[in-house]
Amino acid sequence: MVPLPYYLVLSGILFACGVTGFLIKRNIITIFMSIELMLNGVNLSFVAFAAHWHALSGHVFVFFVMVVAAAEAAVGLAIIIAVYRTRETLNVDQVNLLKL
Amino acid sequence: MTQISLHLWLIPILPLVGAAINGLFGRRFSRRAVAAIGVGFCGAAFAMALFVLSQLFSLNLPHIETYATWIRAGSLQLDYGFYLDELSMVMLLVVTGVGFLIHIYSVGYMWEEGGFYRFFSYLNLFMFFMLTLVLAHNYLVMFIGWEGVGLASYLLIGFWFTRDSAASAGKKAFITNRIGDFGFLIALFLLIKHFGSLSFTQVFGSVSMLPAETAGAGLLTAVGILLMVGAAGKSAQIPLYVWLPDAMEGPTPVSALIHAATMVTAGVYMVARSHVIFDRAPTALTVVAVIGTITAFYAATIGIAQTDIKKVLAYSTISQLGYMFLACGVAAYSAGIFHLMTHAFFKGLLFLAAGSVIHAVGGEQDMRRMGGLRTKIPVTFWTMTAGTFAIAGFPPLAGFFSKDEILWQASRVNMALWGIGELTAFLTSFYMFRLWFLTFFGEYRGAAGEAHAHAEHAGHGTHLGRNDVSPGALSHGHEHGGIHESPKIMLIPLVILAILSVAGGWVNIGKNFEKFLEPAFRTGATAYTLTEAATQATKAVGEQGSTELLFTLTSVLAAVLGLLLAWLLYKSRPDLPRKIADALNGLYTAVLNKYYVDELYAVLFIKPLIAASRSLWLRVDQGLIDGTVNDIADAVRHASDNIRHMQSGNIRSYAGWIALGAALVIAYMIWVALP
Repeated sequence: MVPLPYYLVLSGILFACGVTGFLIKRNIITIFMSIELMLNGVNLSFVAFAAHWHALSGHVFVFFVMVVAAAEAAVGLAIIIAVYRTRETLNVDQVNLLKL
Repeated sequence: MTQISLHLWLIPILPLVGAAINGLFGRRFSRRAVAAIGVGFCGAAFAMALFVLSQLFSLNLPHIETYATWIRAGSLQLDYGFYLDELSMVMLLVVTGVGFLIHIYSVGYMWEEGGFYRFFSYLNLFMFFMLTLVLAHNYLVMFIGWEGVGLASYLLIGFWFTRDSAASAGKKAFITNRIGDFGFLIALFLLIKHFGSLSFTQVFGSVSMLPAETAGAGLLTAVGILLMVGAAGKSAQIPLYVWLPDAMEGPTPVSALIHAATMVTAGVYMVARSHVIFDRAPTALTVVAVIGTITAFYAATIGIAQTDIKKVLAYSTISQLGYMFLACGVAAYSAGIFHLMTHAFFKGLLFLAAGSVIHAVGGEQDMRRMGGLRTKIPVTFWTMTAGTFAIAGFPPLAGFFSKDEILWQASRVNMALWGIGELTAFLTSFYMFRLWFLTFFGEYRGAAGEAHAHAEHAGHGTHLGRNDVSPGALSHGHEHGGIHESPKIMLIPLVILAILSVAGGWVNIGKNFEKFLEPAFRTGATAYTLTEAATQATKAVGEQGSTELLFTLTSVLAAVLGLLLAWLLYKSRPDLPRKIADALNGLYTAVLNKYYVDELYAVLFIKPLIAASRSLWLRVDQGLIDGTVNDIADAVRHASDNIRHMQSGNIRSYAGWIALGAALVIAYMIWVALP
């Protein structure tokens, strides 16, 4: 059995990777993926704790997060496509105007 | 006291209405309408004063009318009300009567000037405040009038405000008066503190219960001296007289009305009104007498060397006011008020006549460029002659009676006061006849005949022919250019005042005037004054006949000597004055420069004050107060300048800050949780 701190450290590393990616990347899709990474890092800690404490609510939370993440991915990717159609770029630094 | 109401309030309100109408709408009116309103409302006040006079003997004096409560604070209650007794009656008639004549004169004198409506509005405003002053039934209402006349004086001195000297003369008058008012106000505070009231009846009632302060110090002495400080400011006495000569920058009718006949006598009126206080403070009375005497003599010496016709009259006014204070200082208030009245007649006349002369020679005010005007402006000449003889004290003209009375009263108290008074009478006679000879006799020395330069009028309005206006009053065949007599509307007041200057003194034949005023000065007379008066009376009865005649002869002799000396120097031997001036070089220069008092004040007070004000302005106000506020603002702005870079509008930098913040929170929690 893998001890709990291992999962938590991995979760922290994943989350930190997500934050770093979010902060330093220019490409919208990469940023989007970083957000997903952060969500999944959190998910990992949820399931780790749930398994450790034998509590079902942790598992339920993870499902909720995955549902929300899926919905977010659908909306987010649609927006990204719309942005690319109008701006012909995915560089966030060039997408700084709400209205053209 | 249930008495019929005389509606005294109408008297000051009438000119105020005139001032308001002219001030608010006068710009749109024709000159004729402005003049009619200005003169009309002033005339109405005069008519009202005459009506009050007709009712006077059926009244129970003092007649008090209160209209409204003004201030009620604790036990202090001040009403807005008026007080009529013999003293205010005399003042009322002098102010409205002389004021009315000067209003009429102003119509002619100011006709060509810009701001005609403004002039009449100010003039009426002055009448309102002056009448409030003389009718007030407590010190605070009097103070309203007191300040108000100062304001009107300021506005009228600076009437030609585009001229720098006029604007600064107005400021000088106003500021100098403030210094005097400071003393007056402190006197009022002392009265409130000790008597809990400012109303004449209550204060004088309380004061008359007190004994005379013979020790030379005490409450009443302090109040008396402080009141005298106020009076010295308003009535141009040493050391606050410096504003009056400069006040001659104003139009000549203003000099006549405010700076000769009425406003400057307010100080004398105030001292006379407060006689109950002064009667119990012999030291304060002595101060009044000494200041009056010194001022009378001192101003007369300056008057000798002045070359500006209005400046001579200004110093003469200061000198005559000194006489009035001398009279008050020897507790001969009736004599002071009598001289106040006759002075209003003859000095008003002299100023108006001087204005007429200035008008005739086209704005020239320097007597050295006049001369020989006797035949060219005969009416002005004869009226001015009446005024000159009256002020010099020739019997039986007005000045003789009043001045003689003052000197006689002074001689009964102190021979030194009398001696200086006589010397001043001689000087008065001398400088007035000097003015008279220089202006009207000899050869004409000016340039008005050829060039007709309008020094005073230039820049204020074009000197047009006057035939197009008011045909009835003004059609006198005015020739454009050249020396010309003034229009009738200016000459009529001159003639009336000349008659008053000749005959005004006759009211005191048989001491009738003083008997009339006596009840006003008997109120609350002390044991001190009464016994002294009694002993003086018994002493005087025996010798009065011959002694008074002797004193009278001395006065007449002084006047005649002055006339003869002036005749010798300025008519018979016109080369002598220059030689004398050269012989007395230092003294002459000092007198010519008014003893350098203005310069002395500038060094002693004005420059340090300006330097202190500048340093307060630059260091304290700008440096400390503004500096503190500005520095705080600067610090905040600098801090914000740095901090605002956090708010870049860049989402990722915000996210970074959030991540950093979260990391810090987590680090803190871990650090706390660690054992």
